[in-house]
Amino acid sequence: MPIASKYVVQWTPLALLQRSLPGLTVNTFIALNLTAFGDTPFGPNLVYSHCIGISIWLLIELTRRYLLPDPEQQWRRLYFIIPACVVLGYVNGLYLAAWLLGFPTDGLWTEQPRMVLGYLLLSLTAGGALTYYFMSREQLAAAGQEMAYASAQTEAAQRHAAESKLVLLQSQIEPHMLFNTLANLRALIGSKPDAAIAMLDHLNAYLRATLNASRATAHPLQTEFDRVRDYLELLKVRMGPRLCYTLELPEALASIPVPPLLLQPLVENAIKHGLEPKIEGGSITVRAIHEAGELKLEVSDSGVGLPGGKQTTDGFGLTQVRERLATIYGTRGTLVLTPGPGVGATASLVFPSGHPGPPLGHPGPDPGSSATHALDYGSSPQ
Amino acid sequence: MTFAKSGMTTSPRPTALIAEDEPLLAAALQAELELAWPELRVVAMVGDGASAVTQALRLQPDVLFFDIRMPGLSGLDAAAELADGWNTDAPHGTPFPALVFVTAYDQYAMAAFEAQAMDYLLKPVQAARLQKTVSKLKQTLANRAHTALNFEATLGQLRGLLGAAAAPASAPLKVIQASVGTTIRMVPIADVVYFEAADKYVRVLTASHEYLIRTPLKELLPQLDATLFWQIHRGTVVNSNCVETVTRDEAGKLNVSLRGRSEKLPVSRLYVHLFKAM
Repeated sequence: MPIASKYVVQWTPLALLQRSLPGLTVNTFIALNLTAFGDTPFGPNLVYSHCIGISIWLLIELTRRYLLPDPEQQWRRLYFIIPACVVLGYVNGLYLAAWLLGFPTDGLWTEQPRMVLGYLLLSLTAGGALTYYFMSREQLAAAGQEMAYASAQTEAAQRHAAESKLVLLQSQIEPHMLFNTLANLRALIGSKPDAAIAMLDHLNAYLRATLNASRATAHPLQTEFDRVRDYLELLKVRMGPRLCYTLELPEALASIPVPPLLLQPLVENAIKHGLEPKIEGGSITVRAIHEAGELKLEVSDSGVGLPGGKQTTDGFGLTQVRERLATIYGTRGTLVLTPGPGVGATASLVFPSGHPGPPLGHPGPDPGSSATHALDYGSSPQ
Repeated sequence: MTFAKSGMTTSPRPTALIAEDEPLLAAALQAELELAWPELRVVAMVGDGASAVTQALRLQPDVLFFDIRMPGLSGLDAAAELADGWNTDAPHGTPFPALVFVTAYDQYAMAAFEAQAMDYLLKPVQAARLQKTVSKLKQTLANRAHTALNFEATLGQLRGLLGAAAAPASAPLKVIQASVGTTIRMVPIADVVYFEAADKYVRVLTASHEYLIRTPLKELLPQLDATLFWQIHRGTVVNSNCVETVTRDEAGKLNVSLRGRSEKLPVSRLYVHLFKAM
């Protein structure tokens, strides 16, 4: 539900009545004082004081409404508006009261100039003070509303972030994958306890890496390959002879830092869209190649291949990998999905072999001196 | 076949087929069944949907345990295909097997079908829940008299499950955009006589042309006006305006012939309810 960001002055009769109450009190108070310290009777004092007070207040309300639509920006106009309203309201109230009481108005200014001017000064003070009081109260209320609005926005943003994180998690830890793995584990516990323990360790490492992925900015390529191995080992138990896999990581590349779990979605895709639908199953090969300062990570499978032999629109996994590549490497990071070689499909990930560092737009560490940088090794196994 | 059921046997042991692509889970289910239902004989274990259909047709078991996610043909599709191939006609017909779907994650909200013809099990399968399924199955097998009724109910439930996968789109498609070489051909939806799933494509057939699109039938179906386009088979959706006649062949199967096209399309048993004389 949208929340108005600006405080709006209410012009309903009820709001007007509410705003008039303190003024009416002040009017009565002035009349009482005049009676106590002057020599005029209370009745006419009350009439005068209310006529003048209400006139001034109404004028201020009217000018505020029509000449001060944006009080936050235009509050300086009050320096002119209030004195003008007070003088005009005062004169108007004076004549109104005299007319109501049936007093003559002819010699008003000449006979008692000091009294008239004194009352004017009193009105100015009271009018100014009351206006100031109201404006500050309204500003406080506006500030309060803005804070409520801001916190509602923050809350909505946080909720949104939590939701997308959940979607991310659900896509990474797919319910089918999790429950099928648990079912296999349950089957192994009785028949092959050792195999069950090994499987549980792989599941443990896989879950920890997947759940922690957002925290680390980089880990060594070796760790990335270890995570892929965990995942493939889990699937090997599940798919049995339908899955063979090979991981090719040259020793020299093992310590190159890479963003965590970039390979994972590609391997998952190869399984889900390549090998799982194929009745006889097949093989999957993950290899790392270093050429011309760039790291190339390749995932090939011998599965059913891409629809129509061409790349279709990306699913959630590939979109996520592309987005991460773009954030970290800009145009220097690419992901290409091609048919083959022979059967199946190959996903190739190419990006500079330096330290991934913080997202673009921030000065990152020197890409050359990457390997010695303090790395977040996250959940390194062993 | 030595283990094929025969009406002459005095106390035939019930038979079952397990279709599950994960070998450990297939073995585990068999072991659990041995404990929960010692008389039950598992006559075959297969790892994919297509084999499940052929083996079930060959062995005619009393009970089928079908994993839903299997390579090739899903458990649901395999069940539909089996229903098509099953000979239910008396006197030689065998009652359609009792179906139990096994799934790791209940994306079809099977619980909603709990009291109905088919049962379901969630993986990992737990002994107590399996026991409940077994008692239900025993009851079903004992009441084979109602079998015709049960078969109809099973078909209805299968239809529901197969249709439940996708919610219909708010606005139906008006035009099919098919790429022909480097151009995109706009085919008005009313011109389409039928759609046919073909490997990784969907064939779009009009009276005079044929186009290929890459949107899978499963994704296309919810975007079509369901009152106009009828699914008549797992891989066939026809424009009902173009259906000329529906005839029953000597094997009892329904076939649709179309205006503007010469081929005849078979109607799956799952969808024969669409065609009834008024």
